[in-house]
Amino acid sequence: MKISMAAVALATALTAASAHANTLRWSFQGDIATLDPYAHTESFTANVLHHIYEPLVRRDRNLAIEPALALSWQVVEPNRWRFKLRPGVKFHNGNSFNADDVVASITRLLDPAARARGNLATVVRAEKVDDMTVDFVLKGAYPLLLNDLTGIYIMDREWMQANNALKPGNITTGVTTYASTNANGTGPFRFESYAADAKLVMTANADWWDKKVEHNLNRVEFRPIKSDATRVAALLSGELDLIVPAPLKDLQRISGAAGLKVIEEPSLRVIFLGMNWRDSLQVAPGQKNPLKDVRVRRALAHAIDLDAIQKRVMRGKSRNVGVMVAPPVPGYSAALDKPYEFNPDLSKKLLAEAGLASGFKTRLSCPNDRYINDEQICIAIAAMWSRIGVTAELAIESKTTYFPKVDKGETDVYMLGWATLPPMDGFSVLSALLATRKDGYGGNNPNGFSDPRIDDLARRAAVELDEGKRRGLLTEALKITHDDVVYLPLHQQPVAWGARANVDVVNFPDEYVRLWFAKVRN
Amino acid sequence: MLKVLLARLGQGVLVLLAVSAIAFAMFRYVGDPVLTMSREDATPQEKAELRAFLGLDQPVPVQYAKFLWRVVRADLGISYRNQRPVFELIAQRLPATLELVLAATVISLLLGIPLGVYCALRPGGWLARGVQTLSLIGISTPTFVTGIALILVFAVWLQWVPSFGRGNVVDLGGWTTGFLTASGLKSMLLPALTLSLFQLTLIMRLVRSEMIDVLSSDFIRFARARGLPARRIHFTLALRNALMPVITVTGLQVGQLVAFAIVTETVFQWPGMGLLFIQAVGFSDIPVMAAYLLFVGGLFVLINTVVDLVYVLVDPRLRVRGA
Repeated sequence: MKISMAAVALATALTAASAHANTLRWSFQGDIATLDPYAHTESFTANVLHHIYEPLVRRDRNLAIEPALALSWQVVEPNRWRFKLRPGVKFHNGNSFNADDVVASITRLLDPAARARGNLATVVRAEKVDDMTVDFVLKGAYPLLLNDLTGIYIMDREWMQANNALKPGNITTGVTTYASTNANGTGPFRFESYAADAKLVMTANADWWDKKVEHNLNRVEFRPIKSDATRVAALLSGELDLIVPAPLKDLQRISGAAGLKVIEEPSLRVIFLGMNWRDSLQVAPGQKNPLKDVRVRRALAHAIDLDAIQKRVMRGKSRNVGVMVAPPVPGYSAALDKPYEFNPDLSKKLLAEAGLASGFKTRLSCPNDRYINDEQICIAIAAMWSRIGVTAELAIESKTTYFPKVDKGETDVYMLGWATLPPMDGFSVLSALLATRKDGYGGNNPNGFSDPRIDDLARRAAVELDEGKRRGLLTEALKITHDDVVYLPLHQQPVAWGARANVDVVNFPDEYVRLWFAKVRN
Repeated sequence: MLKVLLARLGQGVLVLLAVSAIAFAMFRYVGDPVLTMSREDATPQEKAELRAFLGLDQPVPVQYAKFLWRVVRADLGISYRNQRPVFELIAQRLPATLELVLAATVISLLLGIPLGVYCALRPGGWLARGVQTLSLIGISTPTFVTGIALILVFAVWLQWVPSFGRGNVVDLGGWTTGFLTASGLKSMLLPALTLSLFQLTLIMRLVRSEMIDVLSSDFIRFARARGLPARRIHFTLALRNALMPVITVTGLQVGQLVAFAIVTETVFQWPGMGLLFIQAVGFSDIPVMAAYLLFVGGLFVLINTVVDLVYVLVDPRLRVRGA
C-alpha cells in the first residue's frame, strides 16, 4: 500500500518535472521549524507559512499594510478595534472563513503554551460580533495592532477541532499537535507534503480569494540547504531556480554564469555597535568607564572609515547609515541619516579633550555567524581604532554563545543588527534598545543605558494613535541617539538572492520571500 | 557468556551515564535556548517566564536528574525548535544515516580490499605507488573539502548526479529507503563516496600490510613449494587469513562513520541524524542534543559489546579467562 502510494507520488513528481516551466524550486540556509504558525518565533518559518496561511492584513508590493482576510477596520474605542471580515473566502479544505475562525485562532495564540504568544502581547481577546465581524480587545491604546496582525495567521476552527488542535502544543507536558505536521490555510498555495530538512511542496490554490493573481506558478518546492557552497552549486547545476540568500563572495560567480542572475536590495537590518554604560568596563574593573564620556564615543565614531568597510569588506553591497532604522521604517529621517564623518585627527583631539590622549583599552565583541561578514567588520574596526590609540581586544564567537553574553551585559563594545521586525516600525528600537530596562521595556538594552528623555518618548509613542505625531516622537528619540552617539550605526546589510534568469521575483528589504509575486518566463 | 554480557551491560550503563552527565555540564556553554526561542525584541519578563516554563531556571544537577528520570521512562522529551517528540525526530532520520553508512561501508570494502591486495602483490609497481599516494591524500583531506570538490566535478560540471538531498525515497512502513529508486541511488553516490574515503584508505592499508605479513609466513611458502597455483595461494589462503582484522575494524568503524556523518550530511544536505544534531546545536535545542549523544554513546557500547561477544565465541581462551 505504502509502496504504491510512493509510486503515485513519484509519478506526480515526474509529471511535475515535465511541466517544469511552472515549478519554482528554491532554497534557504535552514528548514522551517514547524508548520504550526503559533509554535515558533522564527521569521523565516513565518515567511514560508505565509504562502499557506494568511493574516487579517498583509504587506503589499511596497510593504504598506493592505486588507487581506479583513476588509476594513475601525478603532471603536482606544482599546477596542472592530474588523469586518472578507466574505466568500474558503480554506483549502473547503470550509468557509468566518468570525469563529478568527476567535478560535486568537484564543489558541494567546494560550500560555503557545510559543508565539508574545507576537500579540497587547491583545486580551477577540470577540465575535456577528458572522463577519470581530472585535479585538486590547490592554490599552496601541498604535501598532495592524503591524502585529500582519504576522498572525488565521487557522480553521472546524479543522482544528476535528484534529484535536484547538490548543497549541506544549513543550513541558509533551503535547504535540496535528497542526505541526499538517496545514490548512486560505493562502495562495496549498500544502502538499513535507519531509524535514529535505522538501516542502506546495501547489497553487486555484480558489484563492485574491483574483488579481500575480504569480504564474503551479508548484513550489522548498529545499533547505545548510551549506553555502552546496546551495550555490545546486543553483549552478540547474537543480534550483532561486537561492536565498546568495553568499556575498559568490555573487560574481553567479552573475557571471550563463542563465543566472543576482537580485540585490539593501535590507532593513541596520548593523551597529552598542556600548557599555556601567561605571567600569569589563576589561578594566574598578576603573572609570571612558565610554560614558560623549567625546570618547564621538572619537570612536569618527575613527571608523565606513567607506573602506563598504568597499573592501562588504564588496560595495552595503549602504552606510547614520541612524538606527532603514529608510522604509516609520521614524526614519533623511536629515538624521548622515554617517559620522571619517576624521581620525578629530578623534585624537576629542580623546585629548577627554583626558585620554594616550588612548585606552576596551573589548570589541562580535558574532562570526550571524550578520554578513560580521567578523571581518570587527577586525577592520579594531584596526582603525588602534590608529587613534584605542586598543580593542577582539572577542569573536558563535552566535549561540555570543548573544547570551550580550543579553547578560557582559560586553563592552558589541555588534548588533536590528531590522525592527516583525512590526517593521521604529518603535521597536525605542522600546527594546533605547528605553531603560524595566516594566517590559529595554529588553535589548542590557548595559545600563538610561535617558529619561527617551524613556518619556517611548512611553508616549506607545499609546499615540495619531500617526504623524507618533512618527515625530520616534524621530526625536532617534535624533537624541544620533547626537549623543548612544549606538554607533555602521550600515544596512544587503539582501542578495541568486536566481535563474527566467525567474522574476520581487526582493523585499524585510528579507521575506513572497512567491505570490513570482513569475517564471518560458 | 551470560556473565560477560551482564558485565558489559553494566559498563554500558555507566558509559551512558558519563556521556549524558558530561553533555549536561557542557550545555550551559553552547548557548541559551531561551534566547533562540524568543522573538528578537522579547521583553525580559517574557524570557524569564519561558525559562521557568522550560525548567531552565533550576540548577544543572536538578535538570540532569529530571532528564534521567524521563529517559528511564523511555521519554526523550520534546524538541525546543520543532515541538515534536525527539524520539520521532530521530526515528525519522535514522534510515537516512544508516543507509548512508551502509553504502559507505560497502564502497570502502569493495574498493579497499582489491586495492589492498593489489598493492601487497605488486609493492613496487607504479599503480600501487599511485594508489598509496592517493590514499594519503584521501586520509588527510578534510571531509567537507572532498565533498565540495566532488559536488563541483560530478554535479556542477558533469551533471551526472544531484548535488544535494536524498532523491526520491520509498516509505516501507516507517523506514524510508533510497535504495529502491534510481534518483535515490544516484543521490547516494557522492555522499557515500565522501564518507567512505577515510575508511577505504584504512581498509586498503590494513589489507596490504596483513597480506604482506601472511605472504611471508611458513604455510604460504609450503604451499608455494607444493606448486599450488598463485591464484589459489593469494585469494583462498592468504586473503582469507588477512581478512580477520579487517572484519573487526570494519565493525568498529561503523560507529565512527555514524559520528563522522555529521560533516558529510551537512555538506550534502543529507536529511540524517548528523544534520539534525548540527541544527540542534545552532538552536541550543537541548533535548535533541542530549538524545543524539545518548544514541551515539549507546551505539558505540552496542558495537563494542557485539565485537567482544564474537571474540568470546571465536576464541576459547577468552572464555576461560572470563570464567
